[in-house]
This record gives sequence, C-alpha cells and structure tokens, in this order.
Amino acid sequence: MSTHRIRFTLNGRAVEREVPADRLLLDLLREDLTLTGTKEGCGIGVCGLCSVLVDDEVLSACLLPAVLVDGRSVVTIEGLADRPGGTALQDAFITHGGFQCGICTPGQLISASALLAASPRAEEAEVREWMKGNLCRCTGYYGILRAIAAARPAAGADR
Amino acid sequence: MTFDYVAPGSVAEACDLLERGGPDAHALAGGTALMLLYKQGLLRPEKVVGLSRLAELRGVRRLAGGGLWLGAMTTHRAIEAHPDVAGFSPALAKAFASVATIRIRNQATIGGNLAHADPAQDPPPMLIAFDAEVEIAHGAAKRALPLGELFRDVFETALSPGELIVGIRLPPLPTGARATYLKFLPRTEDDYATVSVAARVAVAEDGRCSDARVCLGSVGSTPVRSQAVERALVGQPLTDRVLAEAAALVVGDIDPFDDVRGTASYKRRMAEVCTRRALAEIAAPMAH
Repeated sequence: MSTHRIRFTLNGRAVEREVPADRLLLDLLREDLTLTGTKEGCGIGVCGLCSVLVDDEVLSACLLPAVLVDGRSVVTIEGLADRPGGTALQDAFITHGGFQCGICTPGQLISASALLAASPRAEEAEVREWMKGNLCRCTGYYGILRAIAAARPAAGADR
Repeated sequence: MTFDYVAPGSVAEACDLLERGGPDAHALAGGTALMLLYKQGLLRPEKVVGLSRLAELRGVRRLAGGGLWLGAMTTHRAIEAHPDVAGFSPALAKAFASVATIRIRNQATIGGNLAHADPAQDPPPMLIAFDAEVEIAHGAAKRALPLGELFRDVFETALSPGELIVGIRLPPLPTGARATYLKFLPRTEDDYATVSVAARVAVAEDGRCSDARVCLGSVGSTPVRSQAVERALVGQPLTDRVLAEAAALVVGDIDPFDDVRGTASYKRRMAEVCTRRALAEIAAPMAH
C-alpha cells in the first residue's frame, strides 16, 4: 500500500498530511483531523450527510479518496460561517425549522450554501432539484425549503 | 486489503501502468463507482491509476461539421451545463442531468461512467442513440469503437488491460433530427431508472421518417438498441398508430431481469409504454 503527502486548504487554512492511498476524505476529516461536523450516513453517496465543498462544488466525502483533494480547497460545516451568507443561512434554518434531530443538517447547510453561491435568486424548483440529494427523515423538507428561500441574498427582509 | 495509487502525467504512462498492472489495475476518475465497489468489497484493486493530472481529457468541444467531443474526465455536471451540449441536442444535456444528484454529477465523469458499464446508467443509451464512438488509447495508439460495442455485460467492457477511454465523439445529427431521453422513475427522483428510453428520429420533407435510433437502459445486461422499432419507423409517417405498432416491437429486443426496481414482466410492459411515449414526444412538434 502506498502513502501520499497531500497539501490542501481546509476551511481557509493550509493542511499537509500523509495519507494511505485508500483514505477517504470523510475519514481524513473525522478521524485524522477531528472535524466531526461532517457526518457519515449511507456511505454510498446517496444520503448527502457527508456533503463538503471542494473548490466550491458539493461532493460526497464518503466516496472521495483524500489523494484527490491534493492542491484543492475544502470547506466543511466548520468553515461555513466564514462563507458569504453562511451565518444568515444557519440563522434561517433555526428560524424556519429546517431541522429536528440534526444529523443531516451539516450536509443540508453545505449544499444550500453552494446553491446560493451558484444561484443567489434560485426559485423553489431549482432549490428542490439541487437539494434532492440531501435526505432528511424528520422535517418533511418544508422547513428546509422555507429556510433556503429566506436565506437568499435577495430575500433581505426575511432574514 | 488496500492498493497502491499513482497519478501519471500522460495518457501513455497511464496506459503503461494499467497494462503492467493487468486485471487488478484500475483507472480512477471521479471515484464514485470505484470507491463504492471497493468499499463494498466487490473490487480489490492492487493498483489504482489516478487520471486527475490528465487535463487534456477534460472539456467539451464542437467538432468541424457539427459533431461534438466529450473528454473522458469531464464531469456529468460540466457536460449538462455546457452550452455546446444543449446546442448539439437538449436531450443530451437532459440525459446527463438525469443522473443521481448534483453532488454525484459534480464528481462522476463520463469516462468513468462508460468504463463502469452499469446497464442502468442514463448517458449510455442516449449516446448510443447519437451514434457515439468511444476513443480508446493504448499507449501511443488509439482506436475508435462504436459505443454499443464497448458494453459486454454488467460491469464488463471490451477494454483490454492497458486500454483507457480518453473521449467520446458524436457525429453531426442527421438533417431534421430530434431526440429525447425518457427516464421512468416510480420510486425517487435520484434513483436509477426502472426503464429508460433514448430516441433520435428524423423526418424527411414528405413527412416520413428518414432515420431512427432507439436505445433503452435498465432492460438487460447492457444498453439495448432496438432495431426492430427503428425499422418499423423508417419510411413511415409518424402517426399515433405507426408509433404504437413500432413501440410494441421493443419487447422482442430486450431481456430485463427482476430487481428492486421492478419485475422483468413489469419492465417489459413499461419498456413498450415508455418507448411509445418517447416517440410521441419527438413526433408531436413534427406533425405540422
């Protein structure tokens, strides 16, 4: 088995780490770097609990070998507040009941943050299409949709 | 239990590494398929050849004469969003946008999709309906293969050790052609299809069908082109009756199996229904 020295930006800070070839980004984050905000759910790329941003795109950390983030920028839930609109998004999830048990919430917030960065005026159909990869077994999704609608930069007063 | 990883700087070097590694060497593109199979114990690679440094395999290009080239390392999301893809055919963009979720499409590449050879995938039937060819490198040598001939069985391709998919080439559309991709999803929107139908039909000035391609997903161990349906369309006016009679012939060309998305008999019924609907969708604006 080979190991590899990778250097990447994690929530704005430079990180350098030696990783085995088959180390998944999810395990690197949770086990090696003790950033446990990123959760493991299905482990097969379906549920969205492990959503992280890599170069501003949402990916599944459970299917991403850590060697592939070498030279790239990773943002996890721990770095969300430093993103434009990150705190407003968190507030909107609280105000509009965007969670209950909370295990899917880090992934929901990361996906929603990427959506609002890519499409600040996203209408409900686009929000639904974008967020369908983040499962929630508690909210029935309406709270999440209300929260994202309210957190759109253009929504202003709703925040 | 684990593997050696190497990320070569050229296609020739990648092919060389894959050839020397033999059947236990695998190429890694986005990782969604390979890491899934690895985690589930279905694949035990000894060597993984990462393609991330091969920038020349990324991108979408229009070809002279109106064709389209998709680099093997281009993600599904990049393809669905590329203006040249919708410019070539909106149905092609739709087939890529039908795959799983945005998160998976950000990661999974078209080369990885084809090499994975899962018969429930969305892009392959659509690409076959567009007469796509796969560009395969072997060291400095290159060959082109009609996409339909790449797929041998579930998770099995015609690639030999040392061969690497580098791109997909689509020829120009025939004059007057329209296309569609219909994905039948009785469960959730991010699921694999129970049945999917890709169709491309052209109509001549006299209103008769001049060219047809119909290819289905999730109805056998590979994507399945139905030449019986195609033959029943060519030369005919696209009336409801012609479409229904042609669609009924699809059942003789497919061989679906029971799985969690439906029984084989259900899929046979739905293959006919979906084929008829796909053809009707294409024919509707051509009627006048």
